[in-house]
Amino acid sequence: MAQDNTQVTGQKEALIRVDHLEKHFGDHVVLQDISVEIDRGDVVCVIGPSGSGKSTFLRCLNRLEEPTGGHIYMDGIDICDPTTDIDRHRQKMGMVFQQFNLFPHMTIMRNLTLAPMKLQNVSQREAEAYATELLERVGLADRRDAYPGELSGGQQQRIAIVRALCMKPEVMLFDEPTSALDPEMVGEVLSVMKDLAAEKMTMVVVTHEMGFAREVANRVMFLDGGDFVEEGAPAEFFAHPKSERLKNFLGKVL
Amino acid sequence: MWQQFRSDLYLNFVKDDRWQYLTNGLKVTLIVTLFAALMGIILGFFVAIVRSTCENTGRLKILNAICNLYLTVIRGTPVVVQLMIIYFVIFASVRIDKTFTAIIAFGINSGAYQAEIFRSGIQSVPRGQFEAGRSLGFNYAQTMLHIIMPQALRVCVPTLCNEYITLLKETSVAGYIALEDLTKGGDIIRSRTYSAFMPLIAVALIYLIMVLVLTRLVSLLERRLARGTR
Repeated sequence: MAQDNTQVTGQKEALIRVDHLEKHFGDHVVLQDISVEIDRGDVVCVIGPSGSGKSTFLRCLNRLEEPTGGHIYMDGIDICDPTTDIDRHRQKMGMVFQQFNLFPHMTIMRNLTLAPMKLQNVSQREAEAYATELLERVGLADRRDAYPGELSGGQQQRIAIVRALCMKPEVMLFDEPTSALDPEMVGEVLSVMKDLAAEKMTMVVVTHEMGFAREVANRVMFLDGGDFVEEGAPAEFFAHPKSERLKNFLGKVL
Repeated sequence: MWQQFRSDLYLNFVKDDRWQYLTNGLKVTLIVTLFAALMGIILGFFVAIVRSTCENTGRLKILNAICNLYLTVIRGTPVVVQLMIIYFVIFASVRIDKTFTAIIAFGINSGAYQAEIFRSGIQSVPRGQFEAGRSLGFNYAQTMLHIIMPQALRVCVPTLCNEYITLLKETSVAGYIALEDLTKGGDIIRSRTYSAFMPLIAVALIYLIMVLVLTRLVSLLERRLARGTR
């Protein structure tokens, strides 16, 4: 079902192409020279020790963090270009945060329909119908009139995923989506993400869940100290890590 | 003694319809407070938006500097002095309505305090809320309008209301420009009857009753808002 976005060369353009991305805060280099392509349908898990720049990398993809060098192309358009309408591109890039960040002053339904109604001119009926459909899929249709504060962490995160999906994004960015959850709630969130991957949603997931990476991702990226060290298909990646740094890291977490 | 009390009462409030000094004064006090509060809301809101925007995005630097100067000067000088400067210096050559002058002076003054209340409300909203809004595709202004402001206002409404209560009491210095507000009204009675007790206590009681009523309303509102957030 992948739409063809052909370049002049006739070569298929990746959905997201990161080109020599750099990010530093003052003298502190967080990311250096990262180049990677993400195709439609890819499920990329980004792993690495804390402080390695994984989250910064993810947040650069929708410019929540402003890159200090390099380019990021989405559908061939440079989203780091100041003249690019970043708000329009963000509509195509759903984001899920560690802390859920649901809007506490709105009901679940309002959380889900606000952006589609205000930004995509979707009618309330249409927006609610689609939101209800997605809510049913994550098993939370009965909580539509609740407020976020009344839900458990796992439920809030599933709602946060649905909120991003309501914008019908082309890619979903997950920033450690299960790190703030109690252990017994991790499963329900991962299972929603698994379903999403099965539906061929393009996903970039910063995570510590090695099991999820192994099982669901088709590519695993390892970042360490702002360097993009190694990448591979999960089976190969976990069984035969090439670099010392990755071996070291896997030795600690597995 | 009862006789004495009754004749005092008669002298201070009934004779020559002196009670009208108090009712007319009360009217002026309420008008000045109401419109100064409204002017302060507009000013304060504007200043808070400028300051927060500058803090968050680094834009509006010049406007921000002007706002900071305004806050420093207004919060660093007594309101009576500001009132007199506006009446005797700025509006010196134009004979302008005193009530209007007082509204301007107290409005400008209250705006500075309200600005800081609004701003702390905006800052109390977690950064993640802002990022969530932006990540959905809302621009800066839309994120402020739909996501940050409703939460910020909920936080600062009780504090704002207390600011209005303070403002009500602060307007009592309006007599410095010979505006006949409630306090001045009581003072005029005192100067006519040469008895200070009755008129001043009456003035104090009227302020106290108004403040008690308003405080009660604020706490009701506070409870109402708390229910909304759950």
